[in-house]
Amino acid sequence: MVVIVDYDAGNLRSVHRACRKVGAAAEVSRDPSRLRRAERIIFPGVGAAGSAMRSLAEAGLDAALIDAFRAGTPILGICLGLQICLQRSEENDTETLGLVRGEVRRFRLQDPALKVPHMGWNAVRVRRPHPVLAGLEAGDECYFVHAYRPVPAEPAQVLAEATYEGPFCAALGHHNLIATQFHPEKSGRVGLDILSRFLAWDGRA
Amino acid sequence: MLSKRVIACLDVRDGKLAKSVRFVDTKDIGDPVEKARAYYEDGLDELVFYDITASSERRGILLDVVEAVAAEVFIPLSVGGGIATVADATDLRLAGAEKININSAAVRRPALIAECAEAIGSQNVVLSMDVRQAEPTARLPSGYEIVIDGGRQPMDLDALAWARRGERLGAGELVVNAIDADGTRAGYALKLTRLVSEAVRIPVIASGGAGEPAHLYDVLTEGKADAALVASMVHYGDYTVSSLKQYLHGRGVKVRMRW
Repeated sequence: MVVIVDYDAGNLRSVHRACRKVGAAAEVSRDPSRLRRAERIIFPGVGAAGSAMRSLAEAGLDAALIDAFRAGTPILGICLGLQICLQRSEENDTETLGLVRGEVRRFRLQDPALKVPHMGWNAVRVRRPHPVLAGLEAGDECYFVHAYRPVPAEPAQVLAEATYEGPFCAALGHHNLIATQFHPEKSGRVGLDILSRFLAWDGRA
Repeated sequence: MLSKRVIACLDVRDGKLAKSVRFVDTKDIGDPVEKARAYYEDGLDELVFYDITASSERRGILLDVVEAVAAEVFIPLSVGGGIATVADATDLRLAGAEKININSAAVRRPALIAECAEAIGSQNVVLSMDVRQAEPTARLPSGYEIVIDGGRQPMDLDALAWARRGERLGAGELVVNAIDADGTRAGYALKLTRLVSEAVRIPVIASGGAGEPAHLYDVLTEGKADAALVASMVHYGDYTVSSLKQYLHGRGVKVRMRW
């Protein structure tokens, strides 16, 4: 069973609908034992890192996510879900799950015409081949909404980049975890393809 | 860099598609779900449903339409029209809307903007402003006035002052709908759009008056808009979404060209 982690962090239904569109029955759950038994996990999220970590901890979902990661369950993090997989976020100065070494920093841009949050469609370039991103081609764009950007400590974990003034990490991968800063569920055919490949992925990069 | 967005607006009345000319004389032009899917498949970047249903007891029909569209269309979906409470906003979000457009109710009670931003996040709150030209006065220094209730009620409120206030209260985006241009197909209100774009640091969506591809180019360059909203141009089949994007791309505007 595909489990979508429910922790009061935004609109899970759009992820659920997108799974259904690509033919997967997903279950939305906040039960830690369901997470530990899941075949694969989608970890979405919109909102602030601080309150998200509190919600996860209150439900015992933080420990369950770490256990599932260690057990090799394929995990897809989306947006705030990605950011929470790193060790620390500047947003609310929050300590996060630490599945991947690195941190999350706010966009600090020189150009006053560039707005934060970075919201809209932007091109995503693959930096390192990964089965889940195998369908991405040059010029493909995805939909982003975020004010903070992930900075993994290990550059080889950056699977894809986008540019907003400078390049930033748009997708990262570490063992059985893959995570996107953009929203595959709002990125049209390109995003549905990523979701579909994740649902078929064995967790090996 | 971010692409400029082409957004289609579908006016929905009693669950059917309608298109107004200068906010009066609406007529039905088809099934909104079918139209939404066709535009999505043709490269649309974002979709707006504007509910012009007169009676509140028929709102349930809108939720059904939103739900049906959200099951088929995987781009940001924005819904507006008659939203007066946080509960209206969260109902629409649950039905599948990404963003919520608020308009008249926010002018009557500006705290609604902050309440919605708190409940669903600033980035999902779109402040939609209906604006008409007026004689500049001490209260209306820009010469642009906010009107509400579908353009019927002038508010003696300066459009630029309102835009800035909306941003401060937590709106994540602005729609600037030029009443004088709406439905005319004579081009967007370039000066108004540019003034608003320069007054705020949130994205601005230009609305009202699009009739030919050059109008989109003008408002995305000279008008400094981040997105251009189209309606009649594509609803009646004169242009396709992909042809508009091809045109903009050809003139050097960065738009999403693969879908």
